[in-house]
Amino acid sequence: MIGNARGNEQKMSGRMIADKTVKYILFISAILSIVIVLAIAFFIFRESVQAWTEIGFTDILFGGIWRPGQDQYGILAMIVGSVAVTVGAIVLGVPLAIGSAIFLGEIAPKWVQAILRPAVQLLAGIPSVVYGLFGMVVLVPIIRQINVPGNSGYGLLAASIVLAVMILPTITSIAEDAIRAVPDSYRSGSLALGATRWQTITQVVLPAGKSGIIAAIILGIGRALGETMAMIMVIGNSVIFPKPLNANPLTLFLSQARTLTGNIAVEISYATGVHESALFATGVVLFALIIVVNVSARWLVNRQSSIQTTRQ
Amino acid sequence: MINQNIQSIQHKDSDIFRNLKVRNTSQNIWFSIMWLAGLITLIVLLLVVGYVIIQGGKAINWEFLTTPPRGGLSGEGGISTTLGTTLFLVVLTLLIATPLGVGAAIYLIEYGGEQALTSPVMRALIAIANFAVETLAGIPSIIFGLFGYALFVSALQLGWSLLSASLAGACLVLPTIIRTTEEALLTVPDDYRRGSLALGATKWQTLHKVVLPAAVPGIITGIILSVGRIISETAVFFVTLGGSARMPTSIMDGGRTLALHLYYLAMDTNAFDKAMGTGAVLVIMIILINLSINIVSNRLTAKIRGGK
Repeated sequence: MIGNARGNEQKMSGRMIADKTVKYILFISAILSIVIVLAIAFFIFRESVQAWTEIGFTDILFGGIWRPGQDQYGILAMIVGSVAVTVGAIVLGVPLAIGSAIFLGEIAPKWVQAILRPAVQLLAGIPSVVYGLFGMVVLVPIIRQINVPGNSGYGLLAASIVLAVMILPTITSIAEDAIRAVPDSYRSGSLALGATRWQTITQVVLPAGKSGIIAAIILGIGRALGETMAMIMVIGNSVIFPKPLNANPLTLFLSQARTLTGNIAVEISYATGVHESALFATGVVLFALIIVVNVSARWLVNRQSSIQTTRQ
Repeated sequence: MINQNIQSIQHKDSDIFRNLKVRNTSQNIWFSIMWLAGLITLIVLLLVVGYVIIQGGKAINWEFLTTPPRGGLSGEGGISTTLGTTLFLVVLTLLIATPLGVGAAIYLIEYGGEQALTSPVMRALIAIANFAVETLAGIPSIIFGLFGYALFVSALQLGWSLLSASLAGACLVLPTIIRTTEEALLTVPDDYRRGSLALGATKWQTLHKVVLPAAVPGIITGIILSVGRIISETAVFFVTLGGSARMPTSIMDGGRTLALHLYYLAMDTNAFDKAMGTGAVLVIMIILINLSINIVSNRLTAKIRGGK
């Protein structure tokens, strides 16, 4: 009898030890994400120190010429390229994405949702190289038809279209979540006051979901800034400031360009010394841009959820 | 006077009706535009997927799937070794990422709340861990590539290899696995935990005998999602995997995945037909992955409804 109880006690402490051990192991995996983020920041910054000290902060950020052979490492043209293609993608992609989100969340009948939602999901899953290839084989030859001297088909327009399609599913699904998160009582209240469904959408639902929708657009911007391979494939990669090819300012979009991401990927495999370090500096700039973008999106999402919980 | 009043009421009424008409017309116009937006999205998808599968399908045959690529600038040969490399890389990356991601999610959901109460340091640490997962999810893949290149390829001298690539890839998919596992754990009703604890089970016994089995479909969803991300990913492996067209024989060998092979074909050779064929194989894989995710998550919802 006594022996039995002792056996139980021993078994008990065995279970307790297992319980504690597992807790510590799980704790380590939980803080691993912190370690990885810090390690990424540390290693990319460490590798870029040589560039910041030897070339100089302003010469990298505001230098217009990137000629590794002549030790010129200005990335301003790439910053402009990344921003220009992102703006193009936002102009083309955001209206379509928000329209699709409103359609999915508020208007589409169930059977249409059952088709469109998996379609958006699939768009998000298609590899970026496939979008890039589609751009090279289909879009670039079409754009080349535009009769402007110096137009190769590769450039900001092709890149903006490809990028718009790539950010479409991101923005659509997050914006739809934001629209769905608006409580049904808001809609009922508005409809009861005699508003039409469209008035309810524009004057009640969209304002209530505003932060979430803006967050969706900002996350789309983050995705656009970070896209690499598809951009290399269709943007032409010349390190030049995008400028109009003739008197018509719209031909700006036929200009070739290079993105920050493309700069890294194209040259990292053969770069050495200060050249390699300058590519890591490009990475630091990109990393900083993305952190700012994501933190602001996160702040907006949190604000919306806190507004909704206090109102409810 | 009364007459006037009635007249004004009638006037107002007709005003309201006219106004309603205007509002209804405007609604119809805007609803049509929203339908159009949804339709365009669908057409874009059908255009890309349809074009790639139809054009690429022409290049796909048994020989294409079973011969290795010639490599270099020729663009000749099939995709057999790239299929093998992709599979090798997916398995290796998930072997690294799954235990870490699932472990992190279990801690954050099952222990996080109570541990946060023990001390301000723990609370801060758990908040920072959540923020770090969020941050990781937003970092562009080329940054993971740079990191992998600096740490695994150069500093740890693992070279361009499957090991370097899978370590960098594991960092990339970690937030996906953590987030989906967290969601799966949150759907397990608290009654399950209380019931098990009341029977005298320890926390860990409760977790691995009761909570985790109930969360398995959600965890599988996270793993399948990660398979999709690794198959589609190019930028990370472009700078960590080397790009050799040969079949890797150990984890210290380099190689090229399907997506990388597509990139090399499109950029370095004129073999656009073969690139398109590779693209078709990729797209078909992604479609299958999405189908299986939907099946698993439907089963998950059915299970929860049945459980209640």
